[in-house]
Amino acid sequence: MVNTVIAPNGESQMTQLYDCRDSYAEALGEMAEKDDRVCVVINDSLSSAKMKDFKAKYPARFVNVGIAEQNMVGVGNGLANGGMLPYLCGASCFLTARAMEQIKVDLAYSNANVRICGMSSGMAYGQLGPTHHSIEDLAWTRILPNMTVIVPADPIETASVMRYSLDHAGPMFLRISRIPVRKVHPDDYKFELGKAAMLRQGRDVAIIANGVVVSRALDAAEILAERGVQARVLNMSTIKPLDRESILKAAQETGGIVTAEEAFVAGGLGGAVAEVLAVEHPTRMRMIGVPDAFAPTGTAEFLMDHFGISAQGITKAALELVRPQV
Amino acid sequence: MIDQSFDGLLQPEERSAWLREKANWIRLSAMTMTHHAKLGHTGGDLSSADILTTLYLGHVLRVRPSEPRWAMRDRFIMSKGHCSGAFYSTLAQRGFFPLNQLKAFMDPLSMLNGHPDRNKLPGVEANTGPLGHGLPIAVGMALAARIQNQNWRVFVLVGDGELQEGSNWEAVMCAQQYRLDNLIIIVDRNGIQQGDFTENTIRMEPLADRWASFGCAVREIDGHDHLALLKSLSSVPLEEGKPSCFIARTIKGKGVSFAERKPAWHHGVPTREQLHLAATELGVEVEW
Repeated sequence: MVNTVIAPNGESQMTQLYDCRDSYAEALGEMAEKDDRVCVVINDSLSSAKMKDFKAKYPARFVNVGIAEQNMVGVGNGLANGGMLPYLCGASCFLTARAMEQIKVDLAYSNANVRICGMSSGMAYGQLGPTHHSIEDLAWTRILPNMTVIVPADPIETASVMRYSLDHAGPMFLRISRIPVRKVHPDDYKFELGKAAMLRQGRDVAIIANGVVVSRALDAAEILAERGVQARVLNMSTIKPLDRESILKAAQETGGIVTAEEAFVAGGLGGAVAEVLAVEHPTRMRMIGVPDAFAPTGTAEFLMDHFGISAQGITKAALELVRPQV
Repeated sequence: MIDQSFDGLLQPEERSAWLREKANWIRLSAMTMTHHAKLGHTGGDLSSADILTTLYLGHVLRVRPSEPRWAMRDRFIMSKGHCSGAFYSTLAQRGFFPLNQLKAFMDPLSMLNGHPDRNKLPGVEANTGPLGHGLPIAVGMALAARIQNQNWRVFVLVGDGELQEGSNWEAVMCAQQYRLDNLIIIVDRNGIQQGDFTENTIRMEPLADRWASFGCAVREIDGHDHLALLKSLSSVPLEEGKPSCFIARTIKGKGVSFAERKPAWHHGVPTREQLHLAATELGVEVEW
């Protein structure tokens, strides 16, 4: 997808946008070719999880449990026990919420080698409404011992995270968005678990973001730079285990932290960063994300703007920290 | 205890007597553990003891206690994980860990948690306790064997009250769709759940028809008849291309007069006197 966007300098630019589901699906196909353990479980989510090619190529390693998420997660545990490496691929809103006890017991408590690919997470389903939004999933999965939680920012990181997941021990929740995003990482970027990627240097304020919000954070940093504010931008794609070191360093070196995410800030990235800072290095913060409210009707883009999960919203929050007197 | 291996017994009567004594030992062991911990699920321990004994000590399950994660083992899931007293006693009898560890049931830092934990105790395949988890896991295991063309089987013991959890029916729909005849479901049909008789709570009958209508090959058996259990559980699948479902008719509290058919004994804790009475009725002694 190609989008025409207005750059901060006012010039019109052509930007290639990507659906991260494409790179996840492609990576999974490559992984299955290399590793016989890789198998896929869907819940009638063949097209929404982009698994048509996988099914055609690896029918024996493809299981459709139908519309039954509790069974889906239990099946994942059983497949892992039997020596397979299952990827459970379905809309995050149903997969996490409906099967939360199974995720807690069958995956986290059991420390099972199962990957949940929560598709179309956040508010990607836009006007379909709060039933189909998955903005609770980070809070729910982050709280579980043994669980690893990753929110990739672009197609490059999505593919890298998928490849990483082959050798990881224990359960993982991977949040795969369908909201079109541009590349924020170079083509040779390699994901490292629990390590934030610094995408922009800066010592006036730090913006810690993940997922589809990272590109918005970079746009905010551009706007801030025009106003003489040098913002550091960290892509905190791993929410658990959290990169405490980068957070503390950013807090010590800038004195102000803005978190930005497409999720409830309570329990999400904002909450996670605040938990570290409150104990280790109390720092002035602003948290951009969804407040304690269900979304009104609107497209994903509309809702992001509505809640200030935008370059403008992030810029405003950063300026509040940098120039509290204004 | 009779110290003789099951395989050496050739006559059915000998096998039956040997299994009965083992099962009664497991019953008293479970009650002793519950007495010690002041917590436990006596009724279901007693109703499931004969099924567990037949599976593990009657050598229905192909397992290697010295190599609990042997890749080709049959999997057994104790979906009614609250009956851990009977389950742990059975695993110890089969040699997965020393009998004297049963003493530590629910003690601080014990590997014998109130509900089974596969990462603590050898022989446990799945962390169960919340109901309706075992059958979906069993379906996943059966699929894993199928995908890899391996011939190990999956046995899962579910409670009857447990079947009120909808996840079981999600799982069995999946099992019939994938024609998982390497999956063997055993229902401990003791008729009582925590609060009352199942039929006073949410009616389960006609239970056999329900399983059959969900695509299983169904057989009703006496869940306390060791020879019948042995014969049935050794001749699976009941029908090619279908999951097998055995509805084991059992008595909650079986073998101990004061606990039989009494809902209150679902999680009743025996006193010292009741333990002595149970030992007399069961005709066994437990010394770990």
